[in-house]
Amino acid sequence: MSKAFGDVMAIEDVSMDIAAGEFHGLLGENGAGKSTLVKGLLGFHLPDAGRIAVDGTPVAIRRPADAHALGIGMVYQHFTSVPALTAYENLLVSRSHSSAVINWPRECKAIRGFFAQMPFTVPLDVPVGLLAAGQRQKLEILKLLYLGTRFIVLDEPTSVLTPQEADEILGMLREMTVARRISVLMITHKFREVTTYCDRFTVLRRGRTAGAGAVSEVDTSTMARWMVGESAAAVAPIDALDRSSDNTACAPASPSRESALELIDLRADNDLGIPALDGLNLRVRAGELVGLAGVAGNGQTCLVGAISGQLRLRGGQILIHGKAYEATRRQAEERGVRTLPEEPLKNGSVARMSVVENLALRTFDRQPAANRWGWLKSAVLRDHAIGLIDEYRIRAPSPDAPLASLSGGNVQRVVLARELSGPVRVLVVANPCFGLDFLTAAQIRDELRAQRDRGVAVLLISEDLDEILMLSDRVAVISRGRIVMEADADKCDRMAIGAAMAAHDHQADVATFAASH
Amino acid sequence: MMDMLLTIAIALLGGAIKVSTPFMLVALGECLTELSGRINLGLEGTLVLGAMTAYGAAVVTGSPWMGLLAAGAAGMVLGVTHALLCQLPRVNDVAIGIAMMLFGTALAFYFGKPFIQPQAPHLPTIPLGEWLTHLAGIQSPALAAALEINPLFLAGIALALALAWALRNTHVGLIVRTTGDSAAAARALGISVNGVRLACTAVGGLLAGFGGAFLSLVYPGAWNEGLSSGQGLMAVALVVYARWQPVRCVLAALLFGAAGALGTALQAIGWTSGLYLFNAAPYVLTVALMLGIGRGRDNDRQRQFDAPGELSTAR
Repeated sequence: MSKAFGDVMAIEDVSMDIAAGEFHGLLGENGAGKSTLVKGLLGFHLPDAGRIAVDGTPVAIRRPADAHALGIGMVYQHFTSVPALTAYENLLVSRSHSSAVINWPRECKAIRGFFAQMPFTVPLDVPVGLLAAGQRQKLEILKLLYLGTRFIVLDEPTSVLTPQEADEILGMLREMTVARRISVLMITHKFREVTTYCDRFTVLRRGRTAGAGAVSEVDTSTMARWMVGESAAAVAPIDALDRSSDNTACAPASPSRESALELIDLRADNDLGIPALDGLNLRVRAGELVGLAGVAGNGQTCLVGAISGQLRLRGGQILIHGKAYEATRRQAEERGVRTLPEEPLKNGSVARMSVVENLALRTFDRQPAANRWGWLKSAVLRDHAIGLIDEYRIRAPSPDAPLASLSGGNVQRVVLARELSGPVRVLVVANPCFGLDFLTAAQIRDELRAQRDRGVAVLLISEDLDEILMLSDRVAVISRGRIVMEADADKCDRMAIGAAMAAHDHQADVATFAASH
Repeated sequence: MMDMLLTIAIALLGGAIKVSTPFMLVALGECLTELSGRINLGLEGTLVLGAMTAYGAAVVTGSPWMGLLAAGAAGMVLGVTHALLCQLPRVNDVAIGIAMMLFGTALAFYFGKPFIQPQAPHLPTIPLGEWLTHLAGIQSPALAAALEINPLFLAGIALALALAWALRNTHVGLIVRTTGDSAAAARALGISVNGVRLACTAVGGLLAGFGGAFLSLVYPGAWNEGLSSGQGLMAVALVVYARWQPVRCVLAALLFGAAGALGTALQAIGWTSGLYLFNAAPYVLTVALMLGIGRGRDNDRQRQFDAPGELSTAR
C-alpha cells in the first residue's frame, strides 16, 4: 500500500500479512506512517496504490461503512463512546440497523445476554463519562465485538490505563485471539506490550517497512534499531527504558535536606467546579528529582496550574524554600520557579507569536530587553533568542516564524529553553516527552537530569511510568487529588505503583450515581 | 384582601398560560437545536418574522391556519439558512445567530409595514375555563377567561412530552444526543453531523415560527414592531435554565409567562404605580435565574452531563 499527501509520501510500498487469530504489533515513531496505514484499512482515505484482501479475497474499502461491513473495526486513542449516554444507549446508537422506536426491555435483555458471553463487562446504565478510563476502553472493545467485528485495530490502547488495566485488557484480547475469535493489530511504542502479547510485528520508519518478524525471534534492541534507524545515540535511551523496569535508574546525586518545593494540603477545583486537588502534600528537595505517577485526570493538570499560577487554590499552601509562594510573576522570577506544562503549545506559550517573542515571555519587560519606560529593544530580544536556539538545537523555519509552525519536539525545546534561561531553583514539568521521538525525548530527559545535578528541585509529572522509573530519585503516586504513595525509586516496583495508581475506587462514584437515579 | 390575592392569582394563571406559549415553543425548538450541538441565537428574529408572516398571510388569505403554516415555513427557512451558514468552515454559530436575529427582524419590519393597520382573523381558542366553571358551578368570568386555552399551548405541552420521550426511546433521539455530545463520536458512527444539525435547526426554526404566529394571531393578537421585545432571546436563556430538558422548558416557560403577566395582574387590582418596572419582571428573572445556575449544585458529577458536550457555551 502507498499513500501520499501532497508531495509527502506518508507510506510507500508497505505490505503486511496478518493471519486469523494473530496478535500483530505495529511499531514506529511519530510520523512513521502507522496511522496512515490503518486509516487506509478503515476506509478513512483511499490508498494511492496497493490492495487489501480479507480472507484471501481482494476487497475495496472506500468508506468506514465498508470496513465495518467486512468486520474491521478500530479502538481509537480518543474514546468514541458518547460521555452523556449510558453504555446501553452507546451500544444501540452504534448499531446501524435499529428499529425507530427502541424496545428498551428487550434490547437491555439482549445486551445483557451478549455481555454474559464476554470475558469482561462494564456498568451499563450510568453515563459513560462517569466510567474510569479502563472501563471506557473495555466498552470501546465490547462495542466492536457487539457490532460483529472480527479484526480489531488498537491505537496505542494502553496510554490512558494503569499497568493492571492494560494487562487485564490486553490479556483478555490475547485469549480471544488464541481462541481464534478475533485478530488484532495493535499500534504501540511500548516494547513490553509487543513482547508480552504479540505473535508477530511490523516496524515502520519514514513510511516504509523497516522490519518485520516473529516476536520470539527478534530482540527488542533490534526492534528499536529498526524504529530509529542506525543512529547509536538514539538507541541508548531505549536500553535505559528497558532496564528501567529492573530499577537501575542512575545513581541519585545527594540531595540536600532542605525542601525547595513544599506543597501543604493543597485543595483546588477544576474548571467544572469539581474538586481536583483534595489535600495534596508533597516535598521536593533541592537536587532531587521526584517523579509523580498517576492515571491522567487525577489532579495532575490542576497541580501544575496551581504551581504555575494558572489556577487559584481553594486551600493549602505552596512553600518555596520555606517561604509562602503566591505564584505571581514577580515571585516566580525571584524564587526561580519554572514550569513546563503538558502540551506547551497550548498551555505554556502563545502559538501565534514568533519564536523570538515566545522565548522572551519571561524577560521581555525588564532590562536589558526593555528600557526604563517599557520600550522593547528588538535587537536584544533577537540575540537572546538566537543564543537559545543554538544552545537548545531548536529547529525553526526562522526566529520570526510563529511558534505553531514548529514541530512538537521543537515547541517543547523552545518552552524548556525559555524556562531554564534564568536562575532556576524549582522546576515542574508535566509529560515533557509526550509524543516526541526518541532522540528529542532523550535530550529532554538528559536536560532534566542535568538540572537535578545542578541542584534544582525537579518535580516530574508523567503518565509514562517507564519515564518516571528511569529518571526519578523518589516516586510519588497521585490519585483523586492526593498523594497515595511515596517511596525511593530504588525501593519500589511497577506493580506496587500500578496498584497505587488504581487506588481511585471508581465503583463508589458509579454506585452513588446509580443510587441517586 | 383575599379577593385581591385571588384576582392576582387568576390573572397570573391566565397570563402564564397566554404569555408562556411563545416562550415554550421557541425554547423547545432551541432545546432541540442545542441538543444537536449548535446554538441558534437567531430565534428572536425568527419569532418576529414568524409573527409578521402569520399576520400577513392571515390577512391575505383570511385563514389564521394558513397564517400559522406560513409562519412555520418562514421559520424553517431561517433555520435552514442558519444551519447552512454554520456548516461553512471557520464560521461561528453564535455570530451567525446574531446576524440572523437582525436579519429576521429587519425582514419582518420591511415586509410588515402594510400589515400594521388591518385586522387579521385570530386562531380559535378552546373555552376550557367556561366548561370547567360551568361544571364546578362557579360564577367567575375572570377564571373562565384565564383558562381560555389556545391550541398552541396544548400542542407545546404535548410536544415537550413527545420530545422528552423521543430523545430517550427512539433511534433518532439517540443520534441527536450523540451528535450534540460528541461530534467525533458521531462521525465515527457514520452519522452526518451537519445533516443532523441541519434538521434540528430547521425544526427549531419551525417551532419559533409557530411561536411568532401565536404572538400576532392569539396574544397580544396584532402585528407591530415591538411585539416580541426580546422574548426569543429570553427563551434561549430559558433553555440553559431548564438544563436542556424539554419538560423543564415548559415549566420554565410558565414561570416566565407568569412573570410577564405580573404588570397586567397588578393592573387588574388597580395598582398603577411603577407598572413599567413590573413589566420588566421577566428580564430581571432571566438575570436572576442565570446567576442562580452557578449556585446550589446538588450533584456535579451528574450535572456535567446535562449540557450537550459540543455546545460552545457549555465549555
